[in-house]
Amino acid sequence: MVDKIFEQTERIDKKIQDIQSEQKELNVSGKEDKYFENEEKIDHLKKLRSDLLDQCRDLTPEDHVYIARLSNRPHIKDFIGALFTDFFEQRGDHLCDEDEAIYGGIALFHKIPVTVLGHRKGRTVEENVACRFGMPSPEGYRKAMRMFKEAEKFNRPIITFIDTPGAYPGMEAEAHGQGEAIARSLAMMSHLKVPVISVVTGEGNSGGALALSVANRILMLKYAVYSVLSPEGFCSILFKDTSKKTEACSLMHLTADELYQNKMADEIIDEPLGGASFDPVTVYDELDRAIYRNLKELQKMSPSQLLADRHRKFRRI
Amino acid sequence: MTEEYIDTDPFEMCKGCHRRSRRSQWESHYYVCPVCGKYKNVSAGYRFSLIFDNKSFKVINRGITSDDPLNFPGYKEKLRSVKERTHLNETAVAAVGKISGVKTVAVVLDSRFFMGSMSQAAGERITRAIEAADKHKLPLVIFSASGGARMQEGMFSLWQMAKTADAVEEFSRNGGLYISVLTHPTTGGVTASFATLGDITLAEPGALIGFAGPRVIEQTIGKKLPKGFQRAEYLYQHGFVDAIVERSELKKTLTKLLMLHGCKVTGGTPW
Ligand SMILES: [Zn+2]
Repeated sequence: MVDKIFEQTERIDKKIQDIQSEQKELNVSGKEDKYFENEEKIDHLKKLRSDLLDQCRDLTPEDHVYIARLSNRPHIKDFIGALFTDFFEQRGDHLCDEDEAIYGGIALFHKIPVTVLGHRKGRTVEENVACRFGMPSPEGYRKAMRMFKEAEKFNRPIITFIDTPGAYPGMEAEAHGQGEAIARSLAMMSHLKVPVISVVTGEGNSGGALALSVANRILMLKYAVYSVLSPEGFCSILFKDTSKKTEACSLMHLTADELYQNKMADEIIDEPLGGASFDPVTVYDELDRAIYRNLKELQKMSPSQLLADRHRKFRRI
Repeated sequence: MTEEYIDTDPFEMCKGCHRRSRRSQWESHYYVCPVCGKYKNVSAGYRFSLIFDNKSFKVINRGITSDDPLNFPGYKEKLRSVKERTHLNETAVAAVGKISGVKTVAVVLDSRFFMGSMSQAAGERITRAIEAADKHKLPLVIFSASGGARMQEGMFSLWQMAKTADAVEEFSRNGGLYISVLTHPTTGGVTASFATLGDITLAEPGALIGFAGPRVIEQTIGKKLPKGFQRAEYLYQHGFVDAIVERSELKKTLTKLLMLHGCKVTGGTPW
């Protein structure tokens, strides 16, 4: 399992850091022997680390799920910060509430005004709680719909980032019409007159993910996953046994490669060995190019062509 | 087409009160328990015969059956055995007939087939029924019931939500009338797609209707759910259902709604 590898790379990173800080002091006092010895140690550790990451070339679907859920993986705010400028956050559904599990607003992408939004899991414990770990309430979907409509009015392309364990299964969410909110979002997205690009960056589970991804183009990060339900939920429904997760992950066809083979993902964005958190900048660069290229293609289409294009994508499934 | 189950026992037990009643009594009570009033799940054929004039209707899209898009171990065999046991060949059955003289497309989801789970074939049958209603400018009535996604079909099941929602939206923009009838149980992706997109939403008394299943919610919030939660009456109270309609009153209500939407109905206005 990839988590064992990451435990080791983390330990090595810590050791390298310790030695490097020691080196700074040694440099001042001029103890050359010790200094060169340490340099060798660092080289050796770095070699160990890259050998370890080399083992990440052949990962199981369950490993992909693990990486997709890593808390240090780039999240929506990181992507917005790296790929967009002049971001203005839009808040609330303007009906009754604000849901922090969906984050977004208006920004420039290569000087083009776009609406950008997606699931937000949060990084700190407080943020995780406020965002319910990226599980939206109906208000979150209604907030997204408000933003979709505003984008359409001003002819702005829409870019969504998908990363959610699913819509929140709570009493209030049900009382406020979780199903209805998701259904409306699907119906609205299917008929938007502007280009829609979705990027699955982490885990895309069930209707909660689909509700923001009825897009003309669906891009997936290499280690992102997209599935009908969480592997845990899948296990308990189908096997009545949550210990069969490894098997479930393999049966679900949830990796980016499998989605691509099934013609659901249009493009895969490469990630460094071990995943985006090991070198986010390379991922931002490649994603930037991919979004730009797809956006330029879609901008050549008329509103009716965009609708027909999106319709075809989902109608043939 | 009538009740698919062939049984020689003249009595049938209610799943609610466990009391046994005569089949003839069940029938005259529209398969609502004569003792406790609990609604029994009924077949597509029965629903069609209940709403269509002279019990006359034509089943459409019956040829579309479940494939095995993910090559899921054991799925083909399971499909075969469920088909044999239930004498059904998919969750969704669509038909055309006349409701009080108004030609209408109706779809019934039968929860007895694979727990009414949404398969690619079911989604395709529903979508084609919506498209047929759109093409021929006919009203559409869908009786929803579903336990959620067909797990064995993975993403192919999930995307039926987008496909059907797209079809309903197109139908709606072209002026089509869609009456959604929520029956027990309507959950998961069906609730989060076409079932909640009707112009008018009706529900059968006591039907469980929700997105997340009660067990999942209980696990998440760590406490028992109150009685009546996610029932038709609860949704009615919370503003997601226009009316809760007794099965015996259903045809009358549909007729009234068709009339109010400009359709020429026959047989007077007995409401
Ligand atoms: Zn009873």
